[in-house]
Amino acid sequence: MSAGRERRRKAEKIRHLLETEGDAVHENTTVFNEDRYEVTERFDDFEALRDEARAIKEDAIERLPELIEELRESVEANGGHLYLADDAADANRYVTEVAAEEEAETLVKSKSMTSEEIDVNEALEAEGVDVWETDLGEFVLQVADEAPSHLVGPSLHKTREDVAELFNHVFEPEDPFETAEELTEFARDYLGERIRDADVGMTGANFVVADSGTITLVTNEGNARKSAVTPDTHVAVAGVEKIIPSADDLQPFVELISKTATGQDISQYVTMLTPPVDSPTIDFDAPDEPLGSGDGERDFHLVLVDNGRFDMREDEHLKETLYCIRCGACANSCANFQHVGGHAFGGETYTGGIATGWEAGIGGEEAADDFNDLCTGCSRCVNACPVKIDIPWINTVVRDRLNRGHDPDAFDHLVEGLTPDEESAGVDLQKRLFGNFETLAELGSKTAPLSNWVASSRPARALLERVAGIDSRRELPAFERETLVEWFDARGGSRVPQTGAEREAVLYPDVYTNHVLTERGKAAVRVLEALDVHVRIPSAPSSGRAPFSQGMVATAEAKARGVSDRLGPYVDDGYDVVVVEPSDIAMFEREYEKLLPGDEHESLAEHSYEIAEYVYGLLENGGDAAALRDGTGVAVDYHSHCQQRTQGLEGYTVSVLDAAGFDVTTSDVECCGMAGSFGYKQEYYELSMDVGEDLREQFTDDDALLAASGTSCVEQLGDLLPRDVTHPVQLLAPR
Amino acid sequence: MSTDTVRRFESSLDALDVGCTRTDPAGFPDALDAVLDPPAVGVPLGIDGVSLDGTPVETPPTPRLLREAETGVTPAGKAIAEYGTLVVDADATGCEPVSLYPPTHVAVVRERDVLPDVEAATDHLGARFAAGESSVFATGVSSTGDMGALVEGVHGPKHVHVIVVEEEP
Ligand code: SF4
Ligand code: SF4
Repeated sequence: MSAGRERRRKAEKIRHLLETEGDAVHENTTVFNEDRYEVTERFDDFEALRDEARAIKEDAIERLPELIEELRESVEANGGHLYLADDAADANRYVTEVAAEEEAETLVKSKSMTSEEIDVNEALEAEGVDVWETDLGEFVLQVADEAPSHLVGPSLHKTREDVAELFNHVFEPEDPFETAEELTEFARDYLGERIRDADVGMTGANFVVADSGTITLVTNEGNARKSAVTPDTHVAVAGVEKIIPSADDLQPFVELISKTATGQDISQYVTMLTPPVDSPTIDFDAPDEPLGSGDGERDFHLVLVDNGRFDMREDEHLKETLYCIRCGACANSCANFQHVGGHAFGGETYTGGIATGWEAGIGGEEAADDFNDLCTGCSRCVNACPVKIDIPWINTVVRDRLNRGHDPDAFDHLVEGLTPDEESAGVDLQKRLFGNFETLAELGSKTAPLSNWVASSRPARALLERVAGIDSRRELPAFERETLVEWFDARGGSRVPQTGAEREAVLYPDVYTNHVLTERGKAAVRVLEALDVHVRIPSAPSSGRAPFSQGMVATAEAKARGVSDRLGPYVDDGYDVVVVEPSDIAMFEREYEKLLPGDEHESLAEHSYEIAEYVYGLLENGGDAAALRDGTGVAVDYHSHCQQRTQGLEGYTVSVLDAAGFDVTTSDVECCGMAGSFGYKQEYYELSMDVGEDLREQFTDDDALLAASGTSCVEQLGDLLPRDVTHPVQLLAPR
Repeated sequence: MSTDTVRRFESSLDALDVGCTRTDPAGFPDALDAVLDPPAVGVPLGIDGVSLDGTPVETPPTPRLLREAETGVTPAGKAIAEYGTLVVDADATGCEPVSLYPPTHVAVVRERDVLPDVEAATDHLGARFAAGESSVFATGVSSTGDMGALVEGVHGPKHVHVIVVEEEP
């Protein structure tokens, strides 16, 4: 398929999902997300337990082969069986054999993503076994014959009306179902009968304890308990990564999983079974005999699934995926996911930000190709993840690998010279253009205003849309003829002499501040100088954010090297580095750790400050807020940038605006929806605007000033609201 | 256990809409009677001075009782004050199915078995797992949101009541 057609197909699919499933997904995921914030905020041990959980997982995956053997001994000592399956087919063969041995006619299941991954239901049904999903969400999907749209709430894309319509159609009740109570009661009774009849109960496992053979299941409905304990034979299917060393290691996970998954302190049932369990067998065919009096015996099979996981363990970057406890927080905290759900943002089995890691690990990178770009790298999931997985990094790595695997684009010659990147041929033209924004910006400034006229001309926009998928409904950035660096030189450098200055700072001329939003750079200079800072603005390479977000990691590495070489000597000389663009300070603080060798990133990270953070520090250390503009009585709607918030930097802007007297209202959406190049892309334009809608709804006072720190957010807000948007530093600059 | 812990347990249960009665062994039959919805099925409580004998609770459990009983009465080996959690220790008497099948679960726990938090239950669990035993943390009532709104009482109980027994010193 041509790139253009492929983009139109994607846009069409997203549009369809926004219409059909978007509202239900939005409603459910945002509730999970809000509850997660609430419950983790009041839980003092949250950060300490995340560290602990992370350390346990790192250790367990490191020692996996050894732990599997220990687990095998434990399970066998308890009287159960452990089978290590190489792949899905191997696991299914074992399970169907167990079912055949038990002469099973019916098997009941509790929710398990790993069993979805291996398609065990199909394998069993092919052998004539009736399989019933007993988790109500999974049951709905089974009846509807649909794939899960979320790790934790597999059917959360369905409303009550959807389910009622489905059940009325399939089960034809005398009185049509209407309420959630009626539907629940029906499903419970229907499945209750199947559970009583079942010959085998199958569960997954959230955690498996190596030294005792105990498996832990976390549910709210109680179906996993019933499925495990009612039939005599219990089969648990789990990925090998679920093993933790001992019972002591369970506590952090039990505390964390419900909080990050559904925002509950703890789920209704945390079932810790050491099977075969001591609970008496239950023979519903002998209703009046005491439990356990029949000749039934309990039998247990633990099927551990490799299916690519041992290879992931050897993969420096994908390995982290194995720490995932599948809580779904990375989906709930993801603005794109909140709007479109897992049927777009997900693969065969797994959904949300971490789906890229799972799908690529299990099915190869191609399995993540279709949805990987939905991760904008906004990083909002990073602080949500209970095991501290760098989810955007995994997405970036896989994007990079996918880039390398693609065939060169037929239009590559068109952009040669504009794309002096470090990438091999094959990177999609659209990605290449966005990834080389710095080159475009340099050329754009040199030839402005002509470049702006040409770029905004109708033929140029049509060409850009057709060839590079840049949506013509978006306004392109207008380049300034005089860059910030040139302006600063022309004015004769800093007006605060170096000797006697309070501080000395380099203002980093990020590519947007230098070429497009130069006014915010000039305002930053005025604010810093008002607070007695000697400022320098050396020319410097772009941070690498643009290529990084397109998965052009080698190019981003080269940029990081350039920035480090350029700014390093200033840092060594005692300069602070002040950054206006939040996505760039995040680059210095977060991504450079991955892009620069050893701990080279540390000194730059340590000495870099987001502009408001720096101003805050100056004010705290005796700087005079009166030197800034007086904002008394002026209302400001302020939207902080996603990466800025992840870095814990939102509060500084709010405090500084407060200190200057402004009356600040903040947004609490995860992301504005623009996210760098994302909202410019033809295939994602509508999703981007849909995400933006949440932000628009939060700022209803058209008389308030509108401020945003990120370039993307400024662009998005400009499209959403009929108000001018400025960087907060422009509000603070003395006139 | 300190009365503070029990008080915390009670307030956690309250937040979960789970009723709680505190009684000494002598008052147990009345306390049970007040919350029992017959027919009821139960398993031995294993708590000194407290028994299901002479109460309407039928033992031992049978499949029919699991299906037809309105109430299941079981001991809880421990409880966790912080979350209002009952630690149901599965055993050969059928504690696990009896706490799960009937629409109402009445759990009986000794005051001194109320622990402050999950961490404090680690030793109890570790010892049980090492002995090949199983336990369930049960918190509040079974529920689901899968049908488009929150509904209580799915595969597990719709009502839970806790009786805390203060033993004589
Ligand atoms: S990556 Fe982290 S946040 Fe996402 S599902 Fe896994 S554990 Fe949860
Ligand atoms: S980085 Fe942002 S877009 Fe990517 S998965 Fe995380 S929340 Fe979603």
